[in-house]
Amino acid sequence: MDPINSTSTSNKKKRSRFGQQLSDFFTSVYNIHLFILRFFREAFMPPFEFKEIVRQCWEVGVRSFTLITVTGFIVGLIFTKQSRPSLLEFGATSWLPSLVSIAIMRALAPLVTALIASGKVGSSIGAELGSMRVTEQIDAMEVSGTNPFKFLVCTRVLATTITIPILATYTGFIALLGGYLNVAQNEGTSYSTFMQQVFQPLQFLDFTASLIKSIVFGFTIGIVGCYQGYYSNKGTEGVGKAANGAVVTAMFLVFIEEIIIVQISSNFR
Amino acid sequence: MEKQKAHIDYKNPVISIRGVAKAFEDFAVLRGIDLDLFQGENLVVLGRSGTGKSVLIKLISGLLRPDTGTIKVLGQEVTQIGDRELQALRIRIGFSFQNSALYDSMTVRKNLEFPLVRNRKGITRAEIDKAVEEVLDSVGLSKAINQMPAELSGGQRKRIGIARTLILNPEIMLYDEPTAGLDPITCIEINELINQVQQQYNTSSIIITHDLTCAKETGDRIAMLLDGQFQRIGTFNEVFNTDDKRVKPFFDYNFIQ
Repeated sequence: MDPINSTSTSNKKKRSRFGQQLSDFFTSVYNIHLFILRFFREAFMPPFEFKEIVRQCWEVGVRSFTLITVTGFIVGLIFTKQSRPSLLEFGATSWLPSLVSIAIMRALAPLVTALIASGKVGSSIGAELGSMRVTEQIDAMEVSGTNPFKFLVCTRVLATTITIPILATYTGFIALLGGYLNVAQNEGTSYSTFMQQVFQPLQFLDFTASLIKSIVFGFTIGIVGCYQGYYSNKGTEGVGKAANGAVVTAMFLVFIEEIIIVQISSNFR
Repeated sequence: MEKQKAHIDYKNPVISIRGVAKAFEDFAVLRGIDLDLFQGENLVVLGRSGTGKSVLIKLISGLLRPDTGTIKVLGQEVTQIGDRELQALRIRIGFSFQNSALYDSMTVRKNLEFPLVRNRKGITRAEIDKAVEEVLDSVGLSKAINQMPAELSGGQRKRIGIARTLILNPEIMLYDEPTAGLDPITCIEINELINQVQQQYNTSSIIITHDLTCAKETGDRIAMLLDGQFQRIGTFNEVFNTDDKRVKPFFDYNFIQ
């Protein structure tokens, strides 16, 4: 075979594969965009699925509660422990509660909660809806006069959007508890003094930014999990891909959103 | 059990399909088909795997859209009605899926209640319980009421799938491969159930299958789908009394081998 022609054919193949991947990427972006628009069109139009939303909120909360409690506590404890030596060099260990509270409330609590929920809730939503798609349960719902998008997608997205901020707040307090244990052990600070120092540096903007962040993260986890599951390909492989895609994409987007929101909120300080 | 004579109104088609074509990318599955389903009739659509039989009933129920052609169901043009009208129309059509498509996370009772609760506003608990018991009784599975779908056999799942569609009293039933993957005895039971549904609920049905025994036992007419078009439509004998090389092997395989 002519080596020049062979190289040229190989390059053409690579280009066409790259072109296909690029085209697939933009198609996915377009489809997600339509999916989000459909969510806003259907979620706020009657009939409302209140019962199912409450059930899904409970599911989301219960699924992540234990893991979030343990992780939140460890994050608070470790962060305080690791920050101590640096502050000790300047004799500023009394600033530890303030440092811990700012780090946890502004960044760590929403981020840790979102990452855990991406793995626990996002994958579960992706796999559940993917499996329902593969076994034609979504079609069955549709032909029996129920709007499956409203019943399955809208309820889950609303549930994650409502529940993740609550879980993030809970994570924050558990992480502060972890931090307090470390501070109390080393400094012998009382709980009330610790809490006073914790809330002193925090501003209204910190809580607002953290809340907005958690809402955006919750919405992202829900919408990505639902999108991956709802449009999963036929077959059991599709279910696995949906679960995996839900976690990877949600985590990636959570970090991107974190950067954007931090940039925006720092403009208001 | 011998199939009882059905009361078919040949002047009143409940489904009219004209010139329907459907392709997936470059592969044309249906190439301009025409078909009528009459009031009270069991019409069996026979064909090899991948010939578009399931696509046909998905087009009828509005799960897929045709590329060209018209599909009139109970007087309404499926391709032209809005979402709400389509949803209302679907309640009048029962769809029994090949793999039953029972909701895994719900018990048999919840599976049966689901379409009822969502489509009959203001229905009381007593009415729901009565409807569930009646429909379970008619498919002979009253004892399975509190079981999960995973605990049921293939035949039982099919029956519950059919019961779930019957609970809304549909005028049309669409069966997708009702006997696929079942043992011969269960196949006979399902065939009898399809005939019983036709008599008891006065339904008009399209039965998608490649099982000739099912076709013979349940069908008032048979439509043979080959190469994206109906090649032969008529009674079982009319369809298979032929030397057509595309139709004959189908018959020979089922009844000789």
